[in-house]
Amino acid sequence: MPIEIPKDKWPGSIKAITIGATSADGGTRTKSITIGGQTTMPYLQFEAPTPNKPVIAIEIKSRKPEDWSALLAEAWGEAMADPAQWAKKADEAGADLIVLALIVEDSTEDAVRVVKSVLGATGLPLIVWGPGQAEKDNELLVPVSEATKGEKLVLGICEDKNYRTIVATAMANGHLVQARAPMDVNLSKQLNILISDMGMPKDRIIMDPTTGALGYGIEYGYSVMERLRLAALQGDTMTQLPMIVTPGFEAWKTKEAKVGEGVPEAWGDWKNRAINWETLTAMSLIESGADIVVLRHPESVKRIKEAIEELMVPA
Amino acid sequence: MALSGIQIYKMLPQTNCKECGFPTCLAFAMKLAAKQVELGSCPYVSEASKKQLAESAAPPIRLITLKANGTELKVGNEVVMFRHEKTFYNKPGLFLRVKASDPDITKKVATADAYKVNYVGMDFTLNGFAIEADGDLPAAVKAVREVTKRPLMLIGNDAAILDSSLSLLAGEGTLIYAADSSNYESLADVAKKHKAALVVKADSLDALADLTQKVHAKGVDDMVLDLGGKNLGEWLTRSTQARRLALKSNFKPLGYPTIFFAAQNGLDKEAIYAAQAISKYAGFVVLDTFAPEMIYPLLVLRENIYTDPQKPIQVQPGVYEINSPKPESPVLVTTNFSITYFAVANEVEGSGLPAWLVVTDAEGMSVLTAWAAGKFDAERIAKAIKGFNVADKVSRKRIVLPGHVAVLSGEVEEELPGWEVRVGPREAVDLPAFMKQVLN
Repeated sequence: MPIEIPKDKWPGSIKAITIGATSADGGTRTKSITIGGQTTMPYLQFEAPTPNKPVIAIEIKSRKPEDWSALLAEAWGEAMADPAQWAKKADEAGADLIVLALIVEDSTEDAVRVVKSVLGATGLPLIVWGPGQAEKDNELLVPVSEATKGEKLVLGICEDKNYRTIVATAMANGHLVQARAPMDVNLSKQLNILISDMGMPKDRIIMDPTTGALGYGIEYGYSVMERLRLAALQGDTMTQLPMIVTPGFEAWKTKEAKVGEGVPEAWGDWKNRAINWETLTAMSLIESGADIVVLRHPESVKRIKEAIEELMVPA
Repeated sequence: MALSGIQIYKMLPQTNCKECGFPTCLAFAMKLAAKQVELGSCPYVSEASKKQLAESAAPPIRLITLKANGTELKVGNEVVMFRHEKTFYNKPGLFLRVKASDPDITKKVATADAYKVNYVGMDFTLNGFAIEADGDLPAAVKAVREVTKRPLMLIGNDAAILDSSLSLLAGEGTLIYAADSSNYESLADVAKKHKAALVVKADSLDALADLTQKVHAKGVDDMVLDLGGKNLGEWLTRSTQARRLALKSNFKPLGYPTIFFAAQNGLDKEAIYAAQAISKYAGFVVLDTFAPEMIYPLLVLRENIYTDPQKPIQVQPGVYEINSPKPESPVLVTTNFSITYFAVANEVEGSGLPAWLVVTDAEGMSVLTAWAAGKFDAERIAKAIKGFNVADKVSRKRIVLPGHVAVLSGEVEEELPGWEVRVGPREAVDLPAFMKQVLN
């Protein structure tokens, strides 16, 4: 007798969100990317097909980062000194989109120039992060937003203490925003409410629940993401947004990935350990519902891409 | 599925005789539902109720115990689909597969057996070895048993060879891989004879459920499921379905832990396959590669996923040395909530600046929470500084408090005469700049 498989039927679904505008939509991207749209917990395709696969963004910086691991410097080589070259290499490495992180030393002219050069070097959709200091973020992101009107970039990172300026400029110029809250379901929800209360349509907000790396608090991010997704499926409209997470940033901060010498022998080969650290962090977050994972090492991109293909095979 | 107190009450005599030691049958039923008493305390409960209650009390996913020479591994007994709903209880066993035909089998097992890695004060190891019968299995079992005391799994389908190999492991709880529709009768006999657990495998959940019932009818209670599944998506589907059937539908034929072979689609995918198995319900994960750079992250992932969400990991209170501190290096203070500790330790480590990090016992709370709860105050900070003999390590008695508890600085000065008390930044991320610009 065939077994009856219990299936969850949810009243809610995740919003489908499109990043990047092609020429048909008034932008210059060669392709746009759609994420979200799910009606089930991650990849339970026996309940309903997963409409859009999770995508991989590769993080590049406006200037060569001096504090990145030597393994990353080795992987990207000279290109790290030139954001346009770096973006091109990231494109070749299999990125679905690019995250360009500006730094605090950038002037507004630098920021606009670098963003434009990256847009010129690749046709992929683009996410632009400010340097992470409220005033500087606003100072750089507003002119960037205006200079790229209609490209449907994602601007970030909005946090509860600084979101108004970024949201306003994104709204005025047809962009999206990344909304980050510190590993807490209610704080995520609250920030989404604040941003949509400003008039930003919900299909232009991507939430960033924040995560820790493997061994450094990943279990908190993992469970917060599962809970956000469950809340969304249960019908809570303010959590029905796709999620972006930054396993590359988190993993490459850890000693396990960053440091090759003076570590316990039981940690094994440095390069493989570092890549495992990034891929296992990313994989776990994909299992818990990430729609965009931002990675740093090209080998991690390759492995995660393969894993995503396997998860997307229809049931 | 567990019954509620009221449901249990309906099955009791409802005479309030008090012989169980409780004033009413309802009170007793509530205690039963909370699993704080045994049904045996009621002398008048009917046989029918007894049977029904025993069934409902059986765990939806059977607990399987493997053992060898005093080491033991428990798997199963899980009750939730998502860890935040309660917790995941029994960590999946990580086994390394070796081949009986491999002339280096002893060396390989000995090396992997000795592997030990420390993560926030805990030592992690592999849990056992799976020996593939592609050569002389009894000889391999003997050789492996010489060099490890961990539980074993025997991979083969010849009942006679498994039988003679298991005879060498008397008194142990071993796992046999695997019974399918063609050989389950003979393998079930061997498993029963040696009190071994038996993996059952089939191509679909329907066929698998059918087979576990047949094996059960042969007298084997301890089973493990091989769900098949050709790729990550398929395995996730089957693993979720089996777990749901066991937990939500109380479907006994699939109420067993599962086993997953991480290298089935190639060694380059082994780490990611194992990672999915760990977070998505596997009971046993078999690896083909002994590579510390893969095993360490997998062991950490397992620990993280199986951490009780209600009891955050605490770091051992003490003095942590970061970047080889010298006597003149600053003393930083924080709490023993793991995430707080990691945030601080990571930032300081990343800065390259040496420091003594004093982790106080704040019962696993973050700085602000602990302060509000009275678990991180001047008295506790002073106690830690004195208790860990920090003064003996430093030439310059200078302590940095987290910015969030700036208000404590006066009291800390009183508690620690002779110490210079500085107020650091509120957020760990600002520590490197603070140490560079303010402390020098």
